[in-house]
Amino acid sequence: MSRLQVLIIILNLLFLLYISRLIIKGRLREEYAFIWWISAVFLTIFSIWTKAQNEVSEFLGVTVPANLIFGGLIFLILIYLLHLSLVNSKLQRNVTKLTQEFAILKEQLERLSTGETEKSTSTENQS
Amino acid sequence: MLPGLFANLKDCSTQSAFTLLPVVVNDCSRDGSAVLARSLGVNVLNLPSNLGIGGAVQTGIKYALSKGFDYCIQMDGDGQHPPAEFEKLISTAIKTGADVVIGSRFLTGEGFQSTFIRRLGIKYFHFLNRVLTGKSIHDITSGYRLLGEKAMKLAANYYPDDYPEPESLVFFSKHGLKIVEVPVTMHHRQGGKSSIGTFASVYYWVKVTAAMFYSYIRKQ
Repeated sequence: MSRLQVLIIILNLLFLLYISRLIIKGRLREEYAFIWWISAVFLTIFSIWTKAQNEVSEFLGVTVPANLIFGGLIFLILIYLLHLSLVNSKLQRNVTKLTQEFAILKEQLERLSTGETEKSTSTENQS
Repeated sequence: MLPGLFANLKDCSTQSAFTLLPVVVNDCSRDGSAVLARSLGVNVLNLPSNLGIGGAVQTGIKYALSKGFDYCIQMDGDGQHPPAEFEKLISTAIKTGADVVIGSRFLTGEGFQSTFIRRLGIKYFHFLNRVLTGKSIHDITSGYRLLGEKAMKLAANYYPDDYPEPESLVFFSKHGLKIVEVPVTMHHRQGGKSSIGTFASVYYWVKVTAAMFYSYIRKQ
């Protein structure tokens, strides 16, 4: 085993430990930690099984093994970006809902505190 | 311009046979219009973070629902939509039993008719809507419209974020709501700028086309 290999394996293990620590402390949700776990495990496997990239490239028909790594990683990153967009959309929906509820409740609260009476059956809404 | 509009609204609501509750949705504007509206005795919904036009309109709709109103009228705050015309919307809704009534500036061709390019855009969306839903709605981008209870409930659940008008009409049609157009006279906007600039208009075109299409193929 080369020195570089040992170094990478140690770094990966530290990375895994750090992610675990973030989850334990509640700073990272498990669903987002998942992809980091997978990539760290992958890196560890590849650093132990050094011939992997050549063998897998040959199996898949990729001429230059480095391209397999780049291609694979870029694909993973794209998928992860899509995931983040989904998370972002969900957050935005939630913020919209909260903002609307908040504005309506605040308006009612203000009217309650000034003691105004309200009337109803039909409305004019302007925005 | 705003004080005039509010005074106008107040006049209309006191003279009308219907019970009206004017509401201003302030989407994070800091130009003091919310304070002004409140000082004139109009209810104001202050959004703590900017939601864009769709989110703001939806807030008003949710508010109307929470108060148990039968109808909700959406109106621009820039003086384009004369408050005096709202009776037409309500009486049309009552007469025809429509769930959505659109104030249209094209049916009679009176009043402000918008620029040529815009009319072209509106024609295009009119065409697209007709292809998708089979209904002909001439002033499809009109922001002066009335929603009945069914439409309000649907819109409270789902309303598009930006440039919501054409897409929401496809959405309403898909849910089998009755949409009726009624001629109204519109004015030039008396203050402020359009939310759609030159570059934005291209984005508008692409976004609304996609949104209408997806709204059409989406399952209910």
